[in-house]
Amino acid sequence: MSPVYPFSALVGQDELKLALLTAAIDPRVGGVLVFGDRGTGKSTAVRALAALLPPMRAVVGCRYGCDPQQRDTWCEECLARVVTNRVPTRRVPVPVVDLPLGATEDRVLGALNLEQALSSGVRAFEPGLLAQAHRGFLYIDEVNLLEDHLVDLLIDVAASGVNVVEREGLSVRHPARFVLVGSGNPEEGELRPQLLDRFGLSVEIRTPQDLAQRIEIVRRRDQFEREPKAFMAAFEPQEAALRAQIMRARRRLARVEVSDEALGWAARLCMLVGTDGLRGELTLMRAARAVAALNGQRQVGIDELIQVAPPALRHRLRRDPMDEAGSGQRITRAIGELGAKLD
Amino acid sequence: MTDNPPRAAVAGVGADASANAMAVGDAWRAAACLAVDPSGTGAVLRADPGEVSSMWLEAVRAALPAAAPLRRVPAHIDDERLLGGTDLAATLRQGRAVHVRGVLEEANGGVIVLPLAERIPVQLAARIGNTLDRGAISVAQSGRVREQATTFGVIAIDSGRAAGERCAAALCDRLALHLDLDALSPQDAAELMPERAAIAAARVRLPSVVPGDGALQALCATAAACGIDSLRAPTLALRVARASAALDGRVETDEDDLEFAARVVLAPRATVIPADPEAAAPPDAPPEAPPDAPPPGSDPGESVDSAELPDRVLAAARAAIPAGLLAQLVAESSARRRASSIGRAGASVVAKRRGRPAGVRAGKPRNGSRLNLVATLRTAAPWQRIRRPAASTPGPRVQVRVSDFRVTWYRQRTQTVTVFALDASGSSALHRLAEAKGAIELLLAECYVRRDQVAVLSFRGRNAEIVLPPTRSLLRAKRSLAGLPGGGGTPLAAGIDVAAALATQVARHGQTPSIVLLTDGAANIARDGSGGRARATEDALLAARALGGSGFATLVIDTAPRPAPQARALAQAMRARYLALPDADARTLAAAVQHAA
Repeated sequence: MSPVYPFSALVGQDELKLALLTAAIDPRVGGVLVFGDRGTGKSTAVRALAALLPPMRAVVGCRYGCDPQQRDTWCEECLARVVTNRVPTRRVPVPVVDLPLGATEDRVLGALNLEQALSSGVRAFEPGLLAQAHRGFLYIDEVNLLEDHLVDLLIDVAASGVNVVEREGLSVRHPARFVLVGSGNPEEGELRPQLLDRFGLSVEIRTPQDLAQRIEIVRRRDQFEREPKAFMAAFEPQEAALRAQIMRARRRLARVEVSDEALGWAARLCMLVGTDGLRGELTLMRAARAVAALNGQRQVGIDELIQVAPPALRHRLRRDPMDEAGSGQRITRAIGELGAKLD
Repeated sequence: MTDNPPRAAVAGVGADASANAMAVGDAWRAAACLAVDPSGTGAVLRADPGEVSSMWLEAVRAALPAAAPLRRVPAHIDDERLLGGTDLAATLRQGRAVHVRGVLEEANGGVIVLPLAERIPVQLAARIGNTLDRGAISVAQSGRVREQATTFGVIAIDSGRAAGERCAAALCDRLALHLDLDALSPQDAAELMPERAAIAAARVRLPSVVPGDGALQALCATAAACGIDSLRAPTLALRVARASAALDGRVETDEDDLEFAARVVLAPRATVIPADPEAAAPPDAPPEAPPDAPPPGSDPGESVDSAELPDRVLAAARAAIPAGLLAQLVAESSARRRASSIGRAGASVVAKRRGRPAGVRAGKPRNGSRLNLVATLRTAAPWQRIRRPAASTPGPRVQVRVSDFRVTWYRQRTQTVTVFALDASGSSALHRLAEAKGAIELLLAECYVRRDQVAVLSFRGRNAEIVLPPTRSLLRAKRSLAGLPGGGGTPLAAGIDVAAALATQVARHGQTPSIVLLTDGAANIARDGSGGRARATEDALLAARALGGSGFATLVIDTAPRPAPQARALAQAMRARYLALPDADARTLAAAVQHAA
């Protein structure tokens, strides 16, 4: 295992960190889209998050890493194999799977197992990247350059949580629930609207313009590269605290209340900025609830709503190709009009 | 170690203000730094394939440890060879999956060389960049995925000549040393290269080298002043400075190291010319910073005594910024950020292995086409009895011969790139420019549906220039169209020539170009830049005929208020469709182009 830069050692980029933590607490928020400059630590943050998350339990012998607690999401193999109530489990790290730009469909979906087909003539399925990413993160760098046929299949799987393979004489379906994390540089191309809609939160990051912050980033990077072990050890207390905070937030999540006032405020905001469909409101509520859980709140308050409104709504505004104003500004303006209080 | 000859040589010629001579010393010192810390630095060489780049590579190879591998990675490498995969021949022979290591795994501890880096597909660049970031590759073997650690240096040799032909930005950003070897001649022998033993000693010393006082601030401030957004740049510059310090036998970086790093890492990435401190401007405020960016303030907490250090490093960077960049930046009065314009070159290379499956044919799984196992086994099945001489013979149960191999082929819709050639001259087009801009933006707005790209070139005054290289980004298009000037003569021939060249380049990348020429056809500047209507028209027709011969789909839109025969003659010469749109607005124009394309 190569050393991973600690999450708590990331400098700045608060919106990105919050979005990733939100997705880690409640995967139903949907994925995170990170658009911004090169070399701003997008991929570092994603990998750091995966290393931060506590290991999860998986059914022993399952190729997809099924969750022992949730039988209704099991793959066909587990359902057929495990008949007793006592399921043997093992601890596995939360997977972070890279989807490289040029990946072939077989690599992503899974394909016929070469070894078994050649050696014994058996038609067996070899899981692909989607299977590996089950219960974890699927990370796509330069997501805006992804080929259309891969986008099509991602949209389908991300929506249904099930990967259906019907090719090369195989007929397989297996669970594939993952948090989609995409990053890219908007100057190199736009994202298809259908895929854009799949992402729950959208974050725009820029290189920090504060010199002190830039120096601190480079300093930490240098320390990490020179002595990764010592650097990781130095941040371990913070990592442990954050890990515990995430675990507490997950347990608390179901009990966080959303008042009618909060719902009303969210609905008014969405109407004011003119988002398409109801997904915006839903994501806004879920993200606000996750942030409330992270902060140890019992109830979703105005602060949480304001905090997550830009990432939850930014990419859902109807775009006018001739409009120059950024969507982030439009949301901020709308919040100003609504007033920062619940009533 | 204190009186190191290359060191002195670098300093000597550096003072000599000759950019060429400076590059020579720096180039060899950079080679030494790469050999000291291959995986931490990496290099992009601007050089033609030839003697100079071979010499440089040879110098690096000779300085690496004897056991360190150096692998060349051609642009057509497939995933199996790059990342490892199944050895088909051995698998068939032995009847069990035989795994072979990929080049990236084989190169562990050494260096990979990418010749013709401007031609490598963006996918390949993404994979290599990803492996560099993680320091490991995922190897799928017998249904299990394991992490295989591998660290290596990358040397990309970029021989691109045409605009837009550049090594993928995603990779360049991750490689520290950006060197222009064209300045070197084969006579500049490698005597400037430090001794092999000195480099080996530096490699041992490297882990204990720490950044000196104010080093981080100097590099970060210089990077900011040069308009470099990526924080990888100062990070990589620091790695180079440390390698440089280790070469000189020090355990702390000093000013010379930082200046060297600024010259070879930061200066080539500059997007703005830093202000001259003598002009009384604060050294760390970019003079032409985008208006929305607050000028990076200097940090009062950082050491005051080393305040002049950033100035010196910045001066080194400024002196090393290539002359071409200066001219270019001066020409573009608005400081448009140029950083991301490079690297689109490989983005849309058509891959034969992707797309929708369209059929199966006999053939070996090479160059990325994938073996279709079911079809292969099906082909082999009828021969099984004949191929097995005796039932008792040990060996694989299924006998497959190479002739049974079947591969799947895929069909992928090729992308269309619409090249707009805008007549921005004063004669007639000035009042049409706004409509043309509007039409392009409307077309781009639909691009994400059609997955097409748009490029824009304009001709006015004496020559033609590419305003917008092929892109799908609305953001970029808007930026470059907003600043498009109009007025001047009509160098129609030059405009057609550049359009043809751009279309050819697009076609070479496997995309389908179509050209839309908006003009009134009234040429008055000839190819050589001289005035005169007759010569100019003759040249324009010649250029048009040459373009007609290339067979690209072309549309001529006559923008004259009263359509004249000259534009029609032009269209005939280039075998283009002709469309007179004396009073079209942006929307009709967009509709017409879409209809014709």
